[in-house]
Amino acid sequence: MSVQIEIPNSPRKEKVTNWEKYGWLYMRISGPLLIVLIFTHVFVNLFTGEGIKQIDFAFVAGKWADPFWQWWDVSMLWLALIHGTLGMRTIINDYTEKPKLRTGLVGTLWSVSGALILLGTLVVFTFDPCPATADPNLLPSFCEAIASN
Amino acid sequence: MSVVPAGTLYRGKVGMWSWVLHRVSGVAIFFFLLVHVLDTALVRVSPEAYDIVIQSYKTPIIGLAELGLVGAILFHGLNGVRIILVDFWSKGTRYQNAMFWIVLVLAVGITAYFTPGHLERILEF
Repeated sequence: MSVQIEIPNSPRKEKVTNWEKYGWLYMRISGPLLIVLIFTHVFVNLFTGEGIKQIDFAFVAGKWADPFWQWWDVSMLWLALIHGTLGMRTIINDYTEKPKLRTGLVGTLWSVSGALILLGTLVVFTFDPCPATADPNLLPSFCEAIASN
Repeated sequence: MSVVPAGTLYRGKVGMWSWVLHRVSGVAIFFFLLVHVLDTALVRVSPEAYDIVIQSYKTPIIGLAELGLVGAILFHGLNGVRIILVDFWSKGTRYQNAMFWIVLVLAVGITAYFTPGHLERILEF
């Protein structure tokens, strides 16, 4: 009796998107971008000036008065959360054995990340540096000029 | 005579430990990121709410954790470059061991450079 062996190099029948490859590539493209974005973020906020002591509402408002820092922070938000989520997904896939648990955890992970990306983006672009009801002492100095107009 | 195995625990070298450190630092940074997006979102609530919560970042205990965070970010970022070089550079695998030690020295060195000034700021709080 002869054994039937499939031709090993028969072409794949349908073209399927290789999502794992794109995830792998995403980590290696977002990684270097995040090094520039986050190292600068940490350097400007923690290493220079008064470091952690300078961080307050007025400091954030002063930065986001410039669209440059708005886009900087939003880029960081999207790139870092997706990078972190893909990394956490890899870890979940490594350590969970039950398919239902795996799907549940990965689903929860993406929901949380998606919600935070949405929240963060809205916060940056709907931000008001000079809220009318706030204590003027807590606001950036340029609010005074706007209020007296 | 049969050889008694010393145990089944895998004891890798630099390759394994860099992988462990990359994973641990990545998870730590991820959870900080979740908190950090939420605390920053408080600027949309009120200046008072944001300033009160951000005060906790200036206390000695959280301040010390920030040193760990800076170290973790430096290690994870620089080791990420090492991984990319191993993947895409023809000589990457040959130099992966040396690159690991460069990554470690840079991460520890830059964190050490940052430490005195940061400690001064959180301890006088």
